[in-house]
Amino acid sequence: MLLSVTLTLLEGLGATLKLFALTLLFALPLGLVIALGAMSRLTPLRWFVSMVVWVVRGTPLMIQILIIFYGPGLLFDLPLLPRFGAALLSFVINYACYFSEIYRGGIQSIPRGQYEAGEVLGMTRSQIFFKVTLLQVIKRIVPPMGNEFITLVKDTALVRVISVYEIIWMGESYIKKGMIWPLFYTAVFYLVVNGILTLLFRWAEKKLDYFR
Amino acid sequence: MPVLEVKNIEKHFGATRVLEDISFNLEKGQALAIIGSSGSGKTTLLRCLNFLETPDRGQILVNGETLFDAADPATQREAEVRRKRLHFGLVFQSFNLFPQYTALQNVTLAKELLAKEQPDYKARKKEIHAAIEAEGRELLARMGLADRANHYPHQLSGGQQQRVAIARALALHPDILCFDEPTSALDPELTGEVLKVIRSLAEQKTTMIIVTHEMAFARDVADQIIFMDGGVIVEQGPAHDVIERPKQERTRQFLARYAQER
Repeated sequence: MLLSVTLTLLEGLGATLKLFALTLLFALPLGLVIALGAMSRLTPLRWFVSMVVWVVRGTPLMIQILIIFYGPGLLFDLPLLPRFGAALLSFVINYACYFSEIYRGGIQSIPRGQYEAGEVLGMTRSQIFFKVTLLQVIKRIVPPMGNEFITLVKDTALVRVISVYEIIWMGESYIKKGMIWPLFYTAVFYLVVNGILTLLFRWAEKKLDYFR
Repeated sequence: MPVLEVKNIEKHFGATRVLEDISFNLEKGQALAIIGSSGSGKTTLLRCLNFLETPDRGQILVNGETLFDAADPATQREAEVRRKRLHFGLVFQSFNLFPQYTALQNVTLAKELLAKEQPDYKARKKEIHAAIEAEGRELLARMGLADRANHYPHQLSGGQQQRVAIARALALHPDILCFDEPTSALDPELTGEVLKVIRSLAEQKTTMIIVTHEMAFARDVADQIIFMDGGVIVEQGPAHDVIERPKQERTRQFLARYAQER
């Protein structure tokens, strides 16, 4: 029994981790683009981006998943997106907006003197970004990013609203058979994944601890 | 020919005029001190010279070449400004060292980046880096920091950090080295070591502009002094004369007030 439950949960974990990894793959760079938009010198662009971020962060991810999956068909008579694709798209948009705010905070916390010191030393804008500020920004965003990563692992369970099967769905299926322990077992899977993430982030913080 | 000619610089922040008709020359090998109370425009003037602010009017010439002309936008293109600002070095009040680099790396970083633009960089890579590092170490040694080359800024005292910053500015061999209140952020017991370094630079005939509140230091180290008040140059002349026998009433008042506070 234990083996069969383990295999079932591992299957669900696969879906969970796939969504987790693909969301990061797309949302991390997209978040940077959004952050740059939110800091742009073009006022209309800045407003537009801030508006989008406000809406995305201000509404539940569950609603966003439902709208992205059902919206195109009901509103425009378009074919539905594949379930997993719709789930991934919602997560990427949602998390990119959260990441963008973290990036923005990190970038804006770098003192102006760092840029000016680079400028008077004849560095180009991109040299200042990559050689002077980037590592300082990374150091500052590691702790809040750690939080987001862990939240993301747990948020993946939301995709059940459009019937994408992930680990909790699998664990819950045993309730019908009168078994509660697979649900505790499911929680252990989460703890292990988030434990690994916590260790990774602690390691990264430590790596960056050599400067202030 | 003067190494630096500043002509009729004017700068506004919004409706506030912070610099008005600033003109002066600086000869090679001379040290110029700029004194005046806070808000008199001294720092803004330095920032204009280093292209951190754009004057609304006037010209800046180095070695007879017009680096900046407010009336000629062609002199303000970003790509060229980058090259032109290398005529100037700037030491900031708050040091602004790069925290993730060691003292030595702070000194060599900009030079290494510039070296990559040399056409023969790829062929002579090792040689170039070795030369840059050797020079960086030598500069740190001149600052009395030979044994601090591998320390990170947060492991150094304020005085040491400021000396690293001076080495960093010197590494690019600017024609004119500017100091923006280099000791104002330091504890009193640490100002001496920084002033000593600047003094030795003056003895080696480094062309310098020093914005400072240290009157005795300005008098002893500078060749010329400019006293600014309210965005204008009130008085300029040989350092001893301005401090000991000021001609203008406003200069006298400033120096008297300053002597009282001490």
